[in-house]
Amino acid sequence: MCGIVGLFLKDPSLEAALGRMLTDMLVTMSDRGPDSAGIAIYSEAVEDRAKITIQSAHPDQDFAALEADFKSTFQQSLALQRKNSHAVFEIAQNQVGELRARIRRAHPGIRVMSTGDNIEIYKDIGLPKSVAERFDIPLMKGTHGIGHTRMATESAVTTMGAHPFNTGPDQCLVHNGSLSNHNSLRRQLQREGVVIETENDTEVGAAYLTWKMQNGSSLGEALQSSLDDLDGFFTFVVGTKDGFGVLRDPIACKPAVMAETDQYVAFGSEYRALVNLPGIADAHIWEPEPATVYFWTH
Amino acid sequence: MQIIDLDQTDLRQANAQLQNQNTATKLTAWQILNPKGAHAIAVGLDAPIDVTVEGSTGYYCAGMNKQARLRINGSVGPGVAENMMSGTVIIEGDASQYAGATGHGGLLVIKGNASSRCGISMKGIDIVVHGNIGHMSAFMGQSGTMVVCGDAGEALGDSLYEAKLFVRGAVKSLGADCIEKEMRPKDLAEVQALLERAESTAKPSEFKRYGSARKLYNFDVDHAGDY
Repeated sequence: MCGIVGLFLKDPSLEAALGRMLTDMLVTMSDRGPDSAGIAIYSEAVEDRAKITIQSAHPDQDFAALEADFKSTFQQSLALQRKNSHAVFEIAQNQVGELRARIRRAHPGIRVMSTGDNIEIYKDIGLPKSVAERFDIPLMKGTHGIGHTRMATESAVTTMGAHPFNTGPDQCLVHNGSLSNHNSLRRQLQREGVVIETENDTEVGAAYLTWKMQNGSSLGEALQSSLDDLDGFFTFVVGTKDGFGVLRDPIACKPAVMAETDQYVAFGSEYRALVNLPGIADAHIWEPEPATVYFWTH
Repeated sequence: MQIIDLDQTDLRQANAQLQNQNTATKLTAWQILNPKGAHAIAVGLDAPIDVTVEGSTGYYCAGMNKQARLRINGSVGPGVAENMMSGTVIIEGDASQYAGATGHGGLLVIKGNASSRCGISMKGIDIVVHGNIGHMSAFMGQSGTMVVCGDAGEALGDSLYEAKLFVRGAVKSLGADCIEKEMRPKDLAEVQALLERAESTAKPSEFKRYGSARKLYNFDVDHAGDY
């Protein structure tokens, strides 16, 4: 199973309510996946600043150590905005590479959930309601967002196995389905030097898209080629800096419903996820076609 | 008119009320409010009652229906009227995957589009779709009739037995052992009758008939590549 929701706002007056609407949508999908939940929210960027979301199982000590390290490296303080096991912060674009290298080298307990200008990713074990409350998701503003609730099939129930997966700066992927060639594809990508951290099938899908884009594909092209290179079942929803996209495999047995009004484009694994959206009674509602890339941008 | 508001009534209770009606019931008109995409609405009915659902439903609406006449004023999720035995189910909107799957009898009408696997393994049900149907529709259809006023997706009627298929628009591709057949006077009459019952004004003469070539009924090593 697994449940996916997505909301792309066209009407800026709804931006203050994005977190609340997306949380409500995801909570209705709870019985499609009780294992873990996650949300990616895109909000306004700060000029020349990168936004990074991190996570740790021991956030008190790990985040304090990172702050100390940052201070000694850059002679600046790192303004962490702590949210439970996660924290988000903004740093200068030219500090990102060095900071990520230091996290990898010296802070093994810290996982980078997302990097980009606009994106924040929060995910953890538990039901959507509990996970969303843990990170104050209902209070978050933004332009668009994606949520996922997981019924684990291909790998363990862990925070890192939760969706969304950050596929590149400001990009993320959520998945309903199961990939059957993820082991061979993981080995192939690892030979290409791609770092894959878990046994999770979707992480391989995410790494595949990242790798395609690093080699010159646009996101649309990467999604198109995934139809040939990924074997298995998938309904994917991807988030980008200024938009979101939907792709279903050619068999299309994993459900998907879309709704569009003048105010938003919304995605749900089921219609239930969409019923409380404003103006849904008059929305254009349809099921996305198999093997067809859909995309909306601001 | 009996009204069940799913904002106030538990779904199991609502279904139990409907399922408790029998052939002699005097409560023949029912309306269900606020379905809000809930699953398994009005399943397992077995009484000559009229049920109207005011809104869109989730999985398996009207599953296993017998005798009852349902009208859904909205769209339906996967598996509508799955394994229907008799009665009528009319969907005013679209239907998701495997509408009418394994149905043994009765009439299923979808006034919008149906997606993939419509009428998969149909066993006697009649299905009329005013719009288009998706890929792998009528896969292994054994009997019954499917009338599609729009287009059909890939692999229509793959591994078909004796279900009869009529499509007005384009067929993206035919499945293994499904072929186009001649439209005979009795086929025109059958399509006409079904279109009328399905509240469609399409003209039977515009439809093409598809059916089984009957080459895959029994294993034949010469056809190994087709299985």
